[in-house]
Amino acid sequence: MIDLTELTVKETARLLRLRSFSASELVTAHVERIERLDRRVKAFLRFTPELWEKQAEEADRRIVRGDLGPLVGIPMAVKDVLCVRGVETTAGSQILRGFKPPYTGTAVSRLFEAGAVMLGVTNCDEFAMGSSTENSGYHPTHNPWDLDRVPGGSSGGSAAAVSAAEAMIALGTDTGGSIRQPAALCGVVGMKPTYGRVSRYGLIAFASSLDQIGPFARSVEDAAIVLEAMAGRDPLDATSSDRPNDVLRDFDAGVKGMRLGVPREYYEVQGIEPGVKAAIDKAIKAFRDAGAEIVDVALPHTDYGLAAYYIIAPAECSSNLARFDGVRYGMSIEDAQNITELYMRTRREGFGTEVRRRVMLGTYALSSGYYDAYYLKAQKVRTLIKRDFDTAFEKCDAIISATSPTVAFPIGSKTQDPLSMYLCDVLTLGGNLAGLPGISVPCGFSNDLPVGLQILAPQWRENTALRVARAYEVASGVKAEVPSPLSGEV
Amino acid sequence: MPLSKAEVRHVAMLARLALEPGDEEFYADQLSGILAHIDRLQQLDTESIPPTAQVVEVANTLREDVPRPCLSQAEALANAPAAVDGFFRVPSIQEEA
Repeated sequence: MIDLTELTVKETARLLRLRSFSASELVTAHVERIERLDRRVKAFLRFTPELWEKQAEEADRRIVRGDLGPLVGIPMAVKDVLCVRGVETTAGSQILRGFKPPYTGTAVSRLFEAGAVMLGVTNCDEFAMGSSTENSGYHPTHNPWDLDRVPGGSSGGSAAAVSAAEAMIALGTDTGGSIRQPAALCGVVGMKPTYGRVSRYGLIAFASSLDQIGPFARSVEDAAIVLEAMAGRDPLDATSSDRPNDVLRDFDAGVKGMRLGVPREYYEVQGIEPGVKAAIDKAIKAFRDAGAEIVDVALPHTDYGLAAYYIIAPAECSSNLARFDGVRYGMSIEDAQNITELYMRTRREGFGTEVRRRVMLGTYALSSGYYDAYYLKAQKVRTLIKRDFDTAFEKCDAIISATSPTVAFPIGSKTQDPLSMYLCDVLTLGGNLAGLPGISVPCGFSNDLPVGLQILAPQWRENTALRVARAYEVASGVKAEVPSPLSGEV
Repeated sequence: MPLSKAEVRHVAMLARLALEPGDEEFYADQLSGILAHIDRLQQLDTESIPPTAQVVEVANTLREDVPRPCLSQAEALANAPAAVDGFFRVPSIQEEA
Protein backbone atom coordinates (compact mmCIF):
# COMPACT_ATOMS: atom_id res chain seq x y z
CA MET A 1 0.00 0.00 0.00
CA ILE A 2 1.46 3.37 -0.99
CA ASP A 3 1.52 6.17 1.55
CA LEU A 4 -0.65 8.84 -0.01
CA THR A 5 1.05 11.59 1.97
CA GLU A 6 4.50 11.00 0.54
CA LEU A 7 3.65 11.37 -3.15
CA THR A 8 4.56 14.30 -5.35
CA VAL A 9 1.91 16.39 -7.11
CA LYS A 10 2.99 14.92 -10.42
CA GLU A 11 2.62 11.30 -9.23
CA THR A 12 -0.65 12.07 -7.48
CA ALA A 13 -2.22 13.56 -10.60
CA ARG A 14 -1.34 10.41 -12.52
CA LEU A 15 -2.74 8.09 -9.85
CA LEU A 16 -5.94 10.12 -9.43
CA ARG A 17 -6.46 9.85 -13.16
CA LEU A 18 -5.98 6.07 -12.92
CA ARG A 19 -8.51 6.04 -10.03
CA SER A 20 -5.95 4.36 -7.78
CA PHE A 21 -7.57 6.42 -5.04
CA SER A 22 -9.98 9.33 -4.80
CA ALA A 23 -9.36 12.95 -3.87
CA SER A 24 -11.43 12.35 -0.73
CA GLU A 25 -9.16 9.45 0.27
CA LEU A 26 -6.14 11.62 -0.42
CA VAL A 27 -7.43 14.36 1.87
CA THR A 28 -8.36 11.85 4.56
CA ALA A 29 -4.82 10.44 4.52
CA HIS A 30 -3.42 13.93 5.08
CA VAL A 31 -5.92 14.76 7.81
CA GLU A 32 -5.02 11.54 9.62
CA ARG A 33 -1.34 12.35 9.36
CA ILE A 34 -1.98 15.84 10.71
CA GLU A 35 -3.89 14.30 13.63
CA ARG A 36 -0.90 12.08 14.41
CA LEU A 37 1.88 14.62 14.00
CA ASP A 38 0.73 18.20 14.32
CA ARG A 39 0.40 18.10 18.09
CA ARG A 40 4.19 18.10 18.08
CA VAL A 41 5.05 20.03 14.90
CA LYS A 42 2.32 22.68 15.38
CA ALA A 43 2.53 23.81 11.77
CA PHE A 44 -1.16 24.75 11.61
CA LEU A 45 -3.08 27.48 13.40
CA ARG A 46 -6.50 26.27 12.32
CA PHE A 47 -8.14 23.75 10.04
CA THR A 48 -10.78 24.13 7.36
CA PRO A 49 -12.85 20.91 7.29
CA GLU A 50 -15.84 22.60 5.61
CA LEU A 51 -13.53 23.60 2.73
CA TRP A 52 -11.63 20.33 2.37
CA GLU A 53 -14.82 18.26 2.34
CA LYS A 54 -16.48 20.43 -0.31
CA GLN A 55 -13.33 20.84 -2.41
CA ALA A 56 -12.40 17.14 -2.32
CA GLU A 57 -15.93 16.18 -3.44
CA GLU A 58 -15.70 18.72 -6.24
CA ALA A 59 -12.27 17.35 -7.22
CA ASP A 60 -13.69 13.83 -7.40
CA ARG A 61 -16.49 15.10 -9.64
CA ARG A 62 -13.91 16.76 -11.89
CA ILE A 63 -11.92 13.53 -12.08
CA VAL A 64 -15.05 11.60 -13.09
CA ARG A 65 -15.74 14.22 -15.78
CA GLY A 66 -12.15 13.89 -17.01
CA ASP A 67 -11.56 17.56 -16.17
CA LEU A 68 -8.03 17.10 -14.94
CA GLY A 69 -5.51 19.82 -14.27
CA PRO A 70 -2.31 18.97 -12.39
CA LEU A 71 -3.62 20.39 -9.11
CA VAL A 72 -7.06 18.76 -8.96
CA GLY A 73 -7.43 17.23 -5.49
CA ILE A 74 -3.99 18.29 -4.22
CA PRO A 75 -4.02 18.98 -0.44
CA MET A 76 -2.70 22.45 0.31
CA ALA A 77 -1.85 24.55 3.36
CA VAL A 78 -2.10 28.34 3.30
CA LYS A 79 -0.01 30.81 5.32
CA ASP A 80 -2.01 32.91 7.75
CA VAL A 81 -1.39 36.13 5.78
CA LEU A 82 -3.47 35.18 2.73
CA CYS A 83 -7.15 36.07 2.93
CA VAL A 84 -9.64 33.27 2.38
CA ARG A 85 -13.29 34.25 2.46
CA GLY A 86 -14.93 33.27 5.73
CA VAL A 87 -11.78 31.59 7.12
CA GLU A 88 -10.23 33.27 10.17
CA THR A 89 -7.04 34.98 8.90
CA THR A 90 -4.87 36.72 11.47
CA ALA A 91 -1.33 37.25 10.07
CA GLY A 92 -0.13 35.38 13.14
CA SER A 93 -1.25 38.33 15.24
CA GLN A 94 -3.55 38.73 18.20
CA ILE A 95 -4.64 42.09 16.78
CA LEU A 96 -6.52 40.24 14.01
CA ARG A 97 -7.94 37.46 16.17
CA GLY A 98 -11.37 36.54 14.84
CA PHE A 99 -10.99 38.38 11.52
CA LYS A 100 -12.86 36.62 8.72
CA PRO A 101 -12.03 38.16 5.35
CA PRO A 102 -15.01 39.00 3.12
CA TYR A 103 -13.07 37.90 0.02
CA THR A 104 -10.40 35.45 -1.15
CA GLY A 105 -7.05 36.68 -2.48
CA THR A 106 -6.14 36.05 -6.11
CA ALA A 107 -3.31 33.53 -5.61
CA VAL A 108 -5.48 31.32 -3.41
CA SER A 109 -8.57 31.63 -5.60
CA ARG A 110 -6.55 30.65 -8.69
CA LEU A 111 -5.38 27.50 -6.89
CA PHE A 112 -8.94 26.77 -5.77
CA GLU A 113 -10.04 27.06 -9.40
CA ALA A 114 -7.20 24.73 -10.38
CA GLY A 115 -8.68 22.17 -7.97
CA ALA A 116 -6.43 22.40 -4.90
CA VAL A 117 -7.99 21.36 -1.59
CA MET A 118 -7.36 23.58 1.43
CA LEU A 119 -6.47 21.76 4.66
CA GLY A 120 -5.94 24.75 6.89
CA VAL A 121 -4.07 27.90 7.82
CA THR A 122 -0.40 27.70 8.78
CA ASN A 123 1.52 29.47 11.49
CA CYS A 124 3.96 32.30 10.80
CA ASP A 125 5.83 35.10 12.46
CA GLU A 126 3.44 37.93 13.27
CA PHE A 127 2.79 39.95 10.07
CA ALA A 128 5.56 37.82 8.48
CA MET A 129 8.20 39.62 10.54
CA GLY A 130 10.78 37.11 11.65
CA SER A 131 13.01 34.23 10.63
CA SER A 132 11.94 31.52 13.07
CA THR A 133 8.12 31.59 13.48
CA GLU A 134 8.78 32.29 17.17
CA ASN A 135 7.18 35.73 16.74
CA SER A 136 3.80 34.12 16.12
CA GLY A 137 1.15 35.60 18.38
CA TYR A 138 -0.15 32.05 18.97
CA HIS A 139 2.59 29.46 19.45
CA PRO A 140 5.97 28.46 17.98
CA THR A 141 6.22 25.81 15.25
CA HIS A 142 8.73 22.99 15.57
CA ASN A 143 11.16 21.82 12.89
CA PRO A 144 10.15 18.29 11.80
CA TRP A 145 13.85 17.34 11.63
CA ASP A 146 14.44 18.25 15.27
CA LEU A 147 11.46 19.31 17.31
CA ASP A 148 13.61 21.45 19.62
CA ARG A 149 14.62 23.64 16.71
CA VAL A 150 12.88 26.37 14.72
CA PRO A 151 11.47 25.71 11.24
CA GLY A 152 12.73 29.10 10.04
CA GLY A 153 10.38 31.87 9.11
CA SER A 154 8.38 33.74 8.59
CA SER A 155 6.51 31.03 6.61
CA GLY A 156 7.66 28.36 9.08
CA GLY A 157 4.27 26.67 9.42
CA SER A 158 3.96 26.15 5.66
CA ALA A 159 7.52 24.79 5.39
CA ALA A 160 7.03 22.46 8.36
CA ALA A 161 3.66 21.21 7.05
CA VAL A 162 5.18 20.21 3.70
CA SER A 163 8.31 18.80 5.34
CA ALA A 164 6.27 16.62 7.71
CA ALA A 165 4.08 15.54 4.75
CA GLU A 166 1.03 17.01 6.47
CA ALA A 167 0.35 18.90 3.22
CA MET A 168 1.55 18.18 -0.29
CA ILE A 169 1.98 21.86 -1.17
CA ALA A 170 1.75 25.12 0.74
CA LEU A 171 1.74 28.84 0.11
CA GLY A 172 4.08 31.27 1.78
CA THR A 173 5.20 34.85 1.34
CA ASP A 174 8.75 36.14 1.01
CA THR A 175 9.73 39.71 1.90
CA GLY A 176 13.39 39.10 2.84
CA GLY A 177 13.66 35.32 2.62
CA SER A 178 10.49 34.13 4.35
CA ILE A 179 9.86 31.32 1.85
CA ARG A 180 13.42 30.34 0.94
CA GLN A 181 14.93 30.30 4.44
CA PRO A 182 12.27 28.06 6.08
CA ALA A 183 12.33 25.82 2.99
CA ALA A 184 16.09 25.42 3.55
CA LEU A 185 15.74 24.77 7.27
CA CYS A 186 12.96 22.21 6.79
CA GLY A 187 14.49 20.43 3.79
CA VAL A 188 11.85 21.27 1.18
CA VAL A 189 11.63 23.32 -2.03
CA GLY A 190 10.48 26.94 -1.69
CA MET A 191 10.31 29.62 -4.34
CA LYS A 192 9.98 33.40 -4.31
CA PRO A 193 8.92 34.62 -7.77
CA THR A 194 9.92 37.87 -9.46
CA TYR A 195 8.23 40.86 -7.87
CA GLY A 196 4.99 41.25 -9.87
CA ARG A 197 4.76 37.64 -11.07
CA VAL A 198 2.01 36.72 -8.60
CA SER A 199 -0.80 39.08 -7.62
CA ARG A 200 -0.66 40.29 -4.02
CA TYR A 201 -4.39 41.00 -3.90
CA GLY A 202 -5.68 39.54 -0.63
CA LEU A 203 -2.25 39.38 0.98
CA ILE A 204 -2.04 41.19 4.31
CA ALA A 205 0.79 43.55 3.43
CA PHE A 206 4.08 43.75 5.31
CA ALA A 207 6.45 45.64 2.95
CA SER A 208 4.65 46.27 -0.30
CA SER A 209 7.69 46.84 -2.53
CA LEU A 210 9.27 43.54 -1.40
CA ASP A 211 6.43 41.06 -0.67
CA GLN A 212 5.79 38.15 -3.04
CA ILE A 213 3.67 35.02 -2.70
CA GLY A 214 5.23 31.69 -3.61
CA PRO A 215 4.99 27.90 -3.26
CA PHE A 216 6.44 25.20 -1.01
CA ALA A 217 6.62 21.63 -2.32
CA ARG A 218 8.72 18.49 -2.06
CA SER A 219 10.01 18.61 -5.64
CA VAL A 220 11.09 21.38 -7.98
CA GLU A 221 8.51 20.34 -10.54
CA ASP A 222 5.70 20.49 -7.96
CA ALA A 223 6.75 24.02 -6.97
CA ALA A 224 6.79 25.01 -10.65
CA ILE A 225 3.29 23.60 -11.19
CA VAL A 226 1.91 25.62 -8.28
CA LEU A 227 3.68 28.79 -9.39
CA GLU A 228 2.42 28.44 -12.95
CA ALA A 229 -1.15 28.12 -11.68
CA MET A 230 -0.89 31.31 -9.57
CA ALA A 231 1.13 33.52 -11.89
CA GLY A 232 -0.04 36.28 -14.19
CA ARG A 233 -1.61 39.67 -14.45
CA ASP A 234 -4.47 40.48 -12.10
CA PRO A 235 -6.47 43.68 -12.53
CA LEU A 236 -6.78 43.81 -8.73
CA ASP A 237 -3.00 44.27 -8.27
CA ALA A 238 -1.60 47.10 -10.38
CA THR A 239 1.95 45.84 -9.79
CA SER A 240 1.23 42.43 -11.31
CA SER A 241 2.79 41.90 -14.71
CA ASP A 242 1.32 40.65 -17.97
CA ARG A 243 4.56 38.96 -19.01
CA PRO A 244 4.03 35.53 -20.61
CA ASN A 245 3.55 32.75 -18.07
CA ASP A 246 6.61 30.79 -19.18
CA VAL A 247 7.89 29.51 -15.85
CA LEU A 248 8.10 25.90 -17.10
CA ARG A 249 9.90 26.71 -20.38
CA ASP A 250 13.10 24.64 -20.84
CA PHE A 251 12.39 22.99 -17.49
CA ASP A 252 14.25 19.79 -18.35
CA ALA A 253 16.96 21.33 -20.51
CA GLY A 254 19.74 20.78 -17.95
CA VAL A 255 22.69 23.05 -17.12
CA LYS A 256 25.19 21.93 -19.77
CA GLY A 257 26.81 25.09 -21.12
CA MET A 258 25.13 27.37 -18.59
CA ARG A 259 27.18 29.84 -16.57
CA LEU A 260 26.49 29.71 -12.85
CA GLY A 261 27.85 32.57 -10.77
CA VAL A 262 29.28 32.11 -7.29
CA PRO A 263 29.53 35.45 -5.49
CA ARG A 264 32.51 35.51 -3.13
CA GLU A 265 30.51 37.71 -0.74
CA TYR A 266 27.86 34.99 -0.39
CA TYR A 267 30.21 32.00 -0.52
CA GLU A 268 32.26 33.34 2.37
CA VAL A 269 29.51 35.19 4.19
CA GLN A 270 30.18 35.90 7.84
CA GLY A 271 28.90 33.16 10.12
CA ILE A 272 28.52 30.45 7.47
CA GLU A 273 28.77 27.02 9.09
CA PRO A 274 31.43 24.60 7.79
CA GLY A 275 28.80 21.92 7.13
CA VAL A 276 26.72 24.33 5.06
CA LYS A 277 29.76 25.38 3.09
CA ALA A 278 30.68 21.73 2.47
CA ALA A 279 27.19 21.01 1.13
CA ILE A 280 27.41 24.00 -1.22
CA ASP A 281 30.86 22.87 -2.42
CA LYS A 282 29.35 19.51 -3.24
CA ALA A 283 26.53 21.19 -5.16
CA ILE A 284 29.02 23.31 -7.11
CA LYS A 285 30.86 20.12 -8.04
CA ALA A 286 27.61 18.45 -9.11
CA PHE A 287 26.84 21.42 -11.39
CA ARG A 288 30.35 21.33 -12.85
CA ASP A 289 30.03 17.59 -13.47
CA ALA A 290 26.70 18.21 -15.19
CA GLY A 291 28.42 20.53 -17.65
CA ALA A 292 27.85 23.96 -16.15
CA GLU A 293 30.59 26.57 -16.13
CA ILE A 294 31.17 27.98 -12.64
CA VAL A 295 32.16 31.65 -12.72
CA ASP A 296 33.21 34.11 -10.03
CA VAL A 297 30.91 37.09 -9.72
CA ALA A 298 30.90 40.02 -7.30
CA LEU A 299 28.10 41.53 -5.24
CA PRO A 300 30.20 44.24 -3.60
CA HIS A 301 27.36 45.92 -1.66
CA THR A 302 26.29 42.74 0.14
CA ASP A 303 27.53 44.13 3.47
CA TYR A 304 25.05 46.99 3.16
CA GLY A 305 22.03 44.92 2.16
CA LEU A 306 20.87 44.10 5.65
CA ALA A 307 21.09 47.74 6.74
CA ALA A 308 19.16 48.96 3.68
CA TYR A 309 16.57 46.23 4.15
CA TYR A 310 16.06 47.06 7.83
CA ILE A 311 15.17 50.62 6.92
CA ILE A 312 13.01 49.93 3.86
CA ALA A 313 11.00 46.99 5.23
CA PRO A 314 10.19 48.59 8.63
CA ALA A 315 9.36 51.90 6.93
CA GLU A 316 6.86 50.22 4.64
CA CYS A 317 5.50 48.10 7.50
CA SER A 318 4.97 51.13 9.75
CA SER A 319 2.81 52.61 7.02
CA ASN A 320 0.96 49.37 6.13
CA LEU A 321 0.20 48.52 9.74
CA ALA A 322 -1.37 51.91 10.45
CA ARG A 323 -4.69 50.34 9.44
CA PHE A 324 -4.77 48.16 12.54
CA ASP A 325 -6.36 50.66 14.86
CA GLY A 326 -9.21 48.87 16.60
CA VAL A 327 -11.92 50.47 14.47
CA ARG A 328 -12.73 48.28 11.47
CA TYR A 329 -11.58 44.78 12.37
CA GLY A 330 -9.77 42.73 14.94
CA MET A 331 -8.93 43.55 18.53
CA SER A 332 -10.20 46.74 20.13
CA ILE A 333 -9.78 47.76 23.75
CA GLU A 334 -13.07 48.51 25.39
CA ASP A 335 -12.75 51.40 27.80
CA ALA A 336 -10.99 54.07 25.73
CA GLN A 337 -11.93 57.63 26.65
CA ASN A 338 -11.01 59.07 23.26
CA ILE A 339 -9.98 57.90 19.79
CA THR A 340 -6.23 58.41 20.28
CA GLU A 341 -6.30 56.26 23.39
CA LEU A 342 -8.25 53.61 21.44
CA TYR A 343 -5.57 53.52 18.75
CA MET A 344 -2.60 53.58 21.08
CA ARG A 345 -3.71 51.01 23.61
CA THR A 346 -5.19 48.64 21.00
CA ARG A 347 -1.91 48.65 19.08
CA ARG A 348 0.23 48.26 22.21
CA GLU A 349 -1.86 45.30 23.32
CA GLY A 350 -2.46 43.69 19.92
CA PHE A 351 1.02 43.82 18.38
CA GLY A 352 3.84 41.61 19.66
CA THR A 353 7.35 42.74 20.51
CA GLU A 354 8.96 42.34 17.06
CA VAL A 355 6.13 44.09 15.25
CA ARG A 356 6.25 47.02 17.66
CA ARG A 357 10.03 47.17 17.33
CA ARG A 358 9.75 47.40 13.53
CA VAL A 359 6.86 49.89 13.57
CA MET A 360 8.97 52.10 15.85
CA LEU A 361 12.07 51.71 13.68
CA GLY A 362 10.13 52.43 10.49
CA THR A 363 8.32 55.41 11.97
CA TYR A 364 11.63 56.81 13.16
CA ALA A 365 13.25 56.33 9.73
CA LEU A 366 10.38 58.18 8.05
CA SER A 367 10.08 60.93 10.63
CA SER A 368 10.89 64.57 9.98
CA GLY A 369 14.63 65.19 10.11
CA TYR A 370 15.61 61.55 9.56
CA TYR A 371 13.95 60.76 6.22
CA ASP A 372 16.97 61.72 4.09
CA ALA A 373 19.53 60.15 6.38
CA TYR A 374 17.77 56.82 6.63
CA TYR A 375 14.93 56.14 4.19
CA LEU A 376 16.25 58.02 1.15
CA LYS A 377 19.76 56.74 1.83
CA ALA A 378 18.48 53.14 2.01
CA GLN A 379 16.62 53.57 -1.28
CA LYS A 380 19.82 54.76 -2.93
CA VAL A 381 21.72 51.79 -1.56
CA ARG A 382 18.91 49.63 -2.93
CA THR A 383 19.85 50.99 -6.36
CA LEU A 384 23.50 49.98 -5.79
CA ILE A 385 22.44 46.46 -4.77
CA LYS A 386 20.22 46.10 -7.81
CA ARG A 387 23.11 47.28 -10.02
CA ASP A 388 25.38 44.66 -8.41
CA PHE A 389 22.98 41.95 -9.59
CA ASP A 390 22.61 43.52 -13.05
CA THR A 391 26.39 43.46 -13.45
CA ALA A 392 26.71 39.92 -12.08
CA PHE A 393 24.05 38.62 -14.50
CA GLU A 394 26.10 39.95 -17.42
CA LYS A 395 28.60 37.22 -16.52
CA CYS A 396 26.25 34.39 -15.57
CA ASP A 397 22.78 32.93 -16.14
CA ALA A 398 22.03 32.32 -12.46
CA ILE A 399 23.66 32.83 -9.08
CA ILE A 400 24.12 29.96 -6.64
CA SER A 401 24.79 30.10 -2.90
CA ALA A 402 23.60 28.75 0.40
CA THR A 403 20.08 29.90 1.27
CA SER A 404 20.90 30.38 4.95
CA PRO A 405 24.36 30.59 6.55
CA THR A 406 23.24 28.12 9.21
CA VAL A 407 21.03 25.10 9.65
CA ALA A 408 17.96 25.25 11.92
CA PHE A 409 18.83 26.72 15.33
CA PRO A 410 17.39 25.85 18.74
CA ILE A 411 14.09 27.47 19.72
CA GLY A 412 14.81 30.49 21.92
CA SER A 413 18.46 30.87 20.92
CA LYS A 414 18.10 34.15 18.98
CA THR A 415 15.00 35.78 20.41
CA GLN A 416 16.89 38.18 22.72
CA ASP A 417 19.13 39.59 19.98
CA PRO A 418 17.15 40.97 17.03
CA LEU A 419 20.25 41.63 14.92
CA SER A 420 21.37 37.99 15.12
CA MET A 421 17.90 36.96 13.95
CA TYR A 422 17.99 39.49 11.10
CA LEU A 423 21.31 38.03 9.91
CA CYS A 424 19.44 34.80 9.00
CA ASP A 425 18.27 36.61 5.87
CA VAL A 426 21.61 38.00 4.73
CA LEU A 427 21.75 35.72 1.65
CA THR A 428 18.10 36.05 0.67
CA LEU A 429 17.09 39.68 1.15
CA GLY A 430 19.17 40.93 -1.81
CA GLY A 431 16.77 39.02 -4.06
CA ASN A 432 13.86 40.99 -2.60
CA LEU A 433 15.59 44.36 -2.85
CA ALA A 434 16.33 43.64 -6.54
CA GLY A 435 12.95 41.95 -7.22
CA LEU A 436 14.58 38.71 -8.42
CA PRO A 437 13.14 35.19 -8.53
CA GLY A 438 14.87 32.78 -6.17
CA ILE A 439 14.41 29.18 -5.18
CA SER A 440 15.77 27.08 -2.34
CA VAL A 441 16.21 23.34 -2.88
CA PRO A 442 17.37 20.64 -0.45
CA CYS A 443 21.11 20.14 -0.75
CA GLY A 444 22.07 17.55 1.82
CA PHE A 445 22.62 17.75 5.55
CA SER A 446 24.93 19.27 8.11
CA ASN A 447 24.81 17.66 11.56
CA ASP A 448 21.67 15.75 10.47
CA LEU A 449 19.85 18.99 9.65
CA PRO A 450 18.84 20.07 6.13
CA VAL A 451 20.89 22.56 4.10
CA GLY A 452 19.32 24.65 1.33
CA LEU A 453 20.86 25.67 -1.99
CA GLN A 454 19.65 29.03 -3.30
CA ILE A 455 19.42 29.80 -7.01
CA LEU A 456 18.77 33.41 -8.01
CA ALA A 457 17.97 34.42 -11.59
CA PRO A 458 17.39 37.71 -13.40
CA GLN A 459 13.91 39.25 -13.19
CA TRP A 460 11.26 37.23 -15.06
CA ARG A 461 13.61 34.26 -15.45
CA GLU A 462 11.83 31.93 -13.04
CA ASN A 463 12.25 29.34 -15.75
CA THR A 464 16.05 29.65 -15.44
CA ALA A 465 15.96 29.28 -11.65
CA LEU A 466 13.63 26.28 -11.97
CA ARG A 467 15.70 24.70 -14.74
CA VAL A 468 18.89 24.96 -12.68
CA ALA A 469 17.10 23.66 -9.58
CA ARG A 470 15.68 20.76 -11.55
CA ALA A 471 19.10 19.95 -13.01
CA TYR A 472 20.55 19.91 -9.50
CA GLU A 473 17.78 17.62 -8.27
CA VAL A 474 18.45 15.21 -11.13
CA ALA A 475 22.26 15.37 -11.00
CA SER A 476 22.60 15.12 -7.22
CA GLY A 477 19.76 12.73 -6.52
CA VAL A 478 19.04 14.86 -3.42
CA LYS A 479 15.32 15.05 -2.75
CA ALA A 480 13.09 16.35 -0.02
CA GLU A 481 12.84 13.46 2.42
CA VAL A 482 10.25 12.88 5.08
CA PRO A 483 12.10 13.54 8.34
CA SER A 484 13.33 10.44 10.12
CA PRO A 485 12.62 11.91 13.59
CA LEU A 486 8.93 11.62 12.74
CA SER A 487 9.03 8.19 11.17
CA GLY A 488 8.52 6.44 14.49
CA GLU A 489 5.22 8.26 14.83
CA VAL A 490 3.72 7.02 11.62
CA MET B 1 23.59 57.54 17.52
CA PRO B 2 21.63 56.22 20.51
CA LEU B 3 17.98 57.17 20.83
CA SER B 4 16.95 59.22 23.84
CA LYS B 5 13.83 58.46 25.87
CA ALA B 6 12.35 61.74 24.62
CA GLU B 7 12.81 60.56 21.03
CA VAL B 8 11.22 57.23 21.88
CA ARG B 9 8.18 59.03 23.30
CA HIS B 10 7.95 61.22 20.18
CA VAL B 11 8.19 58.26 17.78
CA ALA B 12 5.71 56.20 19.82
CA MET B 13 3.21 59.04 19.56
CA LEU B 14 3.73 59.25 15.78
CA ALA B 15 3.24 55.46 15.55
CA ARG B 16 0.21 55.57 17.89
CA LEU B 17 1.74 53.02 20.21
CA ALA B 18 1.04 53.36 23.93
CA LEU B 19 4.09 53.04 26.18
CA GLU B 20 3.98 50.78 29.19
CA PRO B 21 6.47 50.76 32.06
CA GLY B 22 9.86 49.64 30.74
CA ASP B 23 9.01 50.31 27.10
CA GLU B 24 11.02 53.52 26.82
CA GLU B 25 14.21 51.83 27.98
CA PHE B 26 13.48 48.76 25.85
CA TYR B 27 12.98 50.66 22.58
CA ALA B 28 15.85 53.07 23.27
CA ASP B 29 18.19 50.13 23.80
CA GLN B 30 16.95 47.91 20.97
CA LEU B 31 16.55 50.59 18.32
CA SER B 32 19.96 52.08 19.17
CA GLY B 33 21.53 48.66 18.61
CA ILE B 34 19.86 48.21 15.24
CA LEU B 35 20.62 51.79 14.17
CA ALA B 36 24.29 51.26 15.06
CA HIS B 37 24.36 48.55 12.39
CA ILE B 38 22.35 50.64 9.94
CA ASP B 39 24.74 53.60 10.30
CA ARG B 40 27.18 51.77 8.03
CA LEU B 41 25.07 53.07 5.13
CA GLN B 42 26.66 56.47 5.74
CA GLN B 43 30.01 55.04 4.58
CA LEU B 44 28.71 54.88 1.01
CA ASP B 45 28.85 57.88 -1.27
CA THR B 46 25.41 57.96 -2.86
CA GLU B 47 25.45 61.59 -3.96
CA SER B 48 24.85 60.75 -7.63
CA ILE B 49 22.77 57.58 -7.12
CA PRO B 50 19.02 57.78 -7.77
CA PRO B 51 16.76 56.12 -5.19
CA THR B 52 14.88 52.90 -5.99
CA ALA B 53 11.38 52.98 -4.53
CA GLN B 54 10.22 49.87 -6.31
CA VAL B 55 11.43 47.45 -8.97
CA VAL B 56 8.23 47.05 -10.95
CA GLU B 57 8.34 47.53 -14.69
CA VAL B 58 4.69 48.52 -14.97
CA ALA B 59 3.80 52.15 -14.35
CA ASN B 60 0.56 54.12 -14.17
CA THR B 61 -1.68 51.12 -14.71
CA LEU B 62 -5.10 52.37 -15.71
CA ARG B 63 -8.50 50.79 -16.03
CA GLU B 64 -11.90 51.89 -17.24
CA ASP B 65 -13.72 53.84 -14.55
CA VAL B 66 -16.87 51.77 -14.49
CA PRO B 67 -18.94 50.79 -11.45
CA ARG B 68 -18.35 47.26 -10.20
CA PRO B 69 -19.97 45.23 -7.46
CA CYS B 70 -18.37 45.80 -4.06
CA LEU B 71 -18.87 44.70 -0.48
CA SER B 72 -22.27 45.31 0.98
CA GLN B 73 -22.53 47.53 4.04
CA ALA B 74 -23.23 44.44 6.16
CA GLU B 75 -20.13 42.65 4.82
CA ALA B 76 -17.95 45.71 5.35
CA LEU B 77 -19.14 45.98 8.96
CA ALA B 78 -19.11 42.26 9.71
CA ASN B 79 -15.66 42.37 11.36
CA ALA B 80 -16.16 45.68 13.17
CA PRO B 81 -15.52 45.57 16.93
CA ALA B 82 -18.42 48.04 17.31
CA ALA B 83 -20.95 49.25 14.76
CA VAL B 84 -24.08 51.33 15.05
CA ASP B 85 -26.66 52.37 12.43
CA GLY B 86 -24.47 51.12 9.57
CA PHE B 87 -21.36 52.95 10.80
CA PHE B 88 -18.17 51.96 12.60
CA ARG B 89 -18.50 53.16 16.18
CA VAL B 90 -15.56 54.97 17.82
CA PRO B 91 -15.15 57.01 21.01
CA SER B 92 -15.85 60.71 20.59
CA ILE B 93 -13.10 62.60 18.81
CA GLN B 94 -13.94 66.00 20.26
CA GLU B 95 -14.45 67.28 23.77
CA GLU B 96 -17.91 68.64 24.46
CA ALA B 97 -17.98 72.45 24.36
